[in-house]
Amino acid sequence: MKKYRQAIWDEPLLIEISKPGRRGFRLSSIEPDLMSQIGDLDKLIPSEMRRSEKPELPSLSELQVLRHFIRLSQMNFAIDLGFYPLGSCTMKYNPKISDRICSDSSLRNLHPYQPESSAQGILEILYRLSKMLENITGEDRVSLLPAAGAHGEYIGALIMKAYHSDLEGKDNNRVEMIVPDSAHGTNPASASMAGYTVVTVDSDKRGMVDIEKLRSIVSEKTAGIMLTVPNTLGLFEKDIVLISKLVHDAGGLLYYDGANMNALLGRVRPGDMGFDIIHLNVHKTFSTPHGGGGPGAGPIGVKSHLIPYLPTPLIEKEGQTFKLSYDIPKSVGRVKSFYGNIGVLVRVYVYLLLMGREGLKRSSDLAVLASNYLLSKLDKNYYPLSHDKEIKRKHEFVVSSKPLLEKGVRALDVAKKILDEGMHAPSIYFPLIVNEALMIEPTETEPIEELDKYAEVLNRIGKESMTDPDAILSSPKMTSIGRLDEYKASHPKTMKLTWKSLR
Amino acid sequence: MLDSIGVKSIDDLFSDIPEEILLKGELNLGDSMSELEIERHIKKILQKNTSTESHLCFLGGGVWNHHVPSVVDTILSRSEFYTSYTPYQPEVSQGMLQALFEYQSLICDLTGMEVSNSSNYDWATAVGESCRMAHRINKRRRILVSRAVGPDRLSTISSYCSPLGITLDIINFDETSGETSASQLEAKLDDDVSAVYIENPNFFGIIESEISNLSDLIHRRGAILIMGINPISLGILRSPGTYGADIVVGEGQPLGLYMNYGGPLLGIFATREDPSFLRQMPGRIIGLTTAKEEDERGFCMVLQAREQHIRREGATSNLCTNQALCALAASVYLSLLGGDGIVELGKKIIANTNYANKVLSELDGIRSPRFSSKFFQDLTLNVSNIAPQKLYDGLAVKGILGGLPLGRFYPNMERELLFSFTEMHGKGDIDHLRDSIAEML
Repeated sequence: MKKYRQAIWDEPLLIEISKPGRRGFRLSSIEPDLMSQIGDLDKLIPSEMRRSEKPELPSLSELQVLRHFIRLSQMNFAIDLGFYPLGSCTMKYNPKISDRICSDSSLRNLHPYQPESSAQGILEILYRLSKMLENITGEDRVSLLPAAGAHGEYIGALIMKAYHSDLEGKDNNRVEMIVPDSAHGTNPASASMAGYTVVTVDSDKRGMVDIEKLRSIVSEKTAGIMLTVPNTLGLFEKDIVLISKLVHDAGGLLYYDGANMNALLGRVRPGDMGFDIIHLNVHKTFSTPHGGGGPGAGPIGVKSHLIPYLPTPLIEKEGQTFKLSYDIPKSVGRVKSFYGNIGVLVRVYVYLLLMGREGLKRSSDLAVLASNYLLSKLDKNYYPLSHDKEIKRKHEFVVSSKPLLEKGVRALDVAKKILDEGMHAPSIYFPLIVNEALMIEPTETEPIEELDKYAEVLNRIGKESMTDPDAILSSPKMTSIGRLDEYKASHPKTMKLTWKSLR
Repeated sequence: MLDSIGVKSIDDLFSDIPEEILLKGELNLGDSMSELEIERHIKKILQKNTSTESHLCFLGGGVWNHHVPSVVDTILSRSEFYTSYTPYQPEVSQGMLQALFEYQSLICDLTGMEVSNSSNYDWATAVGESCRMAHRINKRRRILVSRAVGPDRLSTISSYCSPLGITLDIINFDETSGETSASQLEAKLDDDVSAVYIENPNFFGIIESEISNLSDLIHRRGAILIMGINPISLGILRSPGTYGADIVVGEGQPLGLYMNYGGPLLGIFATREDPSFLRQMPGRIIGLTTAKEEDERGFCMVLQAREQHIRREGATSNLCTNQALCALAASVYLSLLGGDGIVELGKKIIANTNYANKVLSELDGIRSPRFSSKFFQDLTLNVSNIAPQKLYDGLAVKGILGGLPLGRFYPNMERELLFSFTEMHGKGDIDHLRDSIAEML
């Protein structure tokens, strides 16, 4: 049987293959009869601002540049290469039809300041998309502006602030944002950026928001609560109706972090659970590629009482014409350049058409099925499920590799060993409330064979940890490089953040 | 699968969701469409757009119509790159990590700064974050911003700063020269000023020639200089590192990204290596290290203790998903051009803009340039005998996009338009622009 091996290229840095005089791209030169009419170029630049030496960029031929980056690409694991069950990241297959559509000149060669009359096509697609997302989330109005989920969170927190200021005056006392201890790190970070004091509510034995603790925290100081449903343990917050009532009765608002929306499409909508503001991570739920870190997009949706505070601009339809509207009286203002990550958003529209009403619901059904199936195949002696054992998980689940600690094998080691099988590791050490956490989200697009294999690999790692822990601790061995010295990478004495010291 | 789980149906997996909130009925979406149907449907809608394929484009103001080399397309279409996630497991993600490390290095080479992050969402959000960073560093509460910066950027600064109680104070530009007013800046600078934000070239295309002096002035007061730059200008203009910028932000879109109706873009963010700056920088940073066992070189994310997934409410920023693929495009672009290419490109652009100024200034009723100082890529002009909006609409009918009427951003600039020029234009295109405007005057 052949063993997996990731490609290894001894690929130097660009500056190490650079040679003076080489060029990878040639521009058309300045036309002589244009040049003759403007005179000396140097005189067009104020002497104080004239650059005396050219920037010290590498000089390479076109083929060298191409090979360099193609070789690098071969040393990069991706969903198109294999199973990638990173919890809370929803790494599912990205339909290729989107690539073809988004390379169309009538989309990518549009300037954001061209007349609206000449951009009716793209405005129509964005308008249609926002209406579809309103329906999917049960919110009254969707804005496509945010560039990512965390950006949506920040804007959502600003909207909360604007709403409370409007209702209770600028000096209102709503200074607290409640965030569960199981929340994604972006939630407390976004709330804090917006000036809120973060108040953490603990999870109970089930792994859900501890209602009694919540009762003791909610007060006239509460601006709102930020929740992920299902939460990061993969559990649906059973008491969501009560949570909504508790927070709303105190005058607070509910914010929905849509990172885990892939579990619920077509079954239950955040708007119907009581959420006033939501964001969606389209690079998760709606299958736009994640680009090695981005770009994504994080549309936000709000209930009608919050529409007046949405950021500018919004896309409106007047008769048969689509326009960008800046007329939002109490808007939180501008939050980025232009109108959103359009090239990403069009892919969402394509995905929604491709899936349709039934396909969307089916995708969540299968994501939850895959997750519970994979969980059922894991040996609980090595990987006990955290928190309540009876309640079915949704699209993801969290197990602990704590039993392997007795042999010195940590979650990190399990993760590294998985890499040797040509599969990606789960999210690890998250959520923070589970020791040695492995957070696994298989998604709906994996065939059963991949799920079986992943379970087999994990179980084998568990067994091997007991008999030959060194084999686990010394992994990975089949990847482009062995385990990295991350301590050295961040230590002030050894840290290298550019190639300058190598010149 | 159901047997293994121990349930009878998929519905059983959702039985814990309270009945009262379940969606009654179905989503109000259509049936699933085939690839062919989708392509026809979307193409039909997109046909209502007018793109720069058929129209000459003289629009700028934050996004410019540049040529994207074909190698950039080839690399960006590698799905090993674009279908990967943030490189949490560095051993299998060396490709993206090395490319992002190279991006950071290239940005530092270009800007003359010491460290760069691996991207922000766009220029506007990068400026917003930079003002917050300045406040974290020196705890002062006022930010001075030149009125000659992009209007989107100015208002984004406001939405990023208001929660911290930081106040914005606007410095006017000189009505004649178009440069940020040095005297106003001096008058407003006091010990409470955290940072000063200036763009070079500024929104009107003007090269801020006094910037070195302003930099000294700002530093003497202990304030931080945040510079906004267009990276494509740095082949011929001095890098902000040489005149003392503490933080540099900018729009990376000119470096190999299509315009895409304004997004995705690429926020450039670079600063000094000084720990008090570096440790306050938002976003992901990639570092060079070695394997633990051997001395083999490798890359991984560094200084993660600043970030939201570790520090939560104490993080420098909530930035998680960024614009990594756009940073990759910029790396490929800058590697292709090299130092010689970026200089030539800068020359071609400044030549085009100055030629355009020459031929447009010959038209009756047009005052070009509107400002007396020298300019790079964007040209502000004044029209006296036609409304700018009418000119903009009329040119679109003639197959020309631009210039941008400035009255929508600056109430006292009702007669001004901003035209932008790139390497996409030749003499014939600019002559055609002049002739088309002449027909309308």
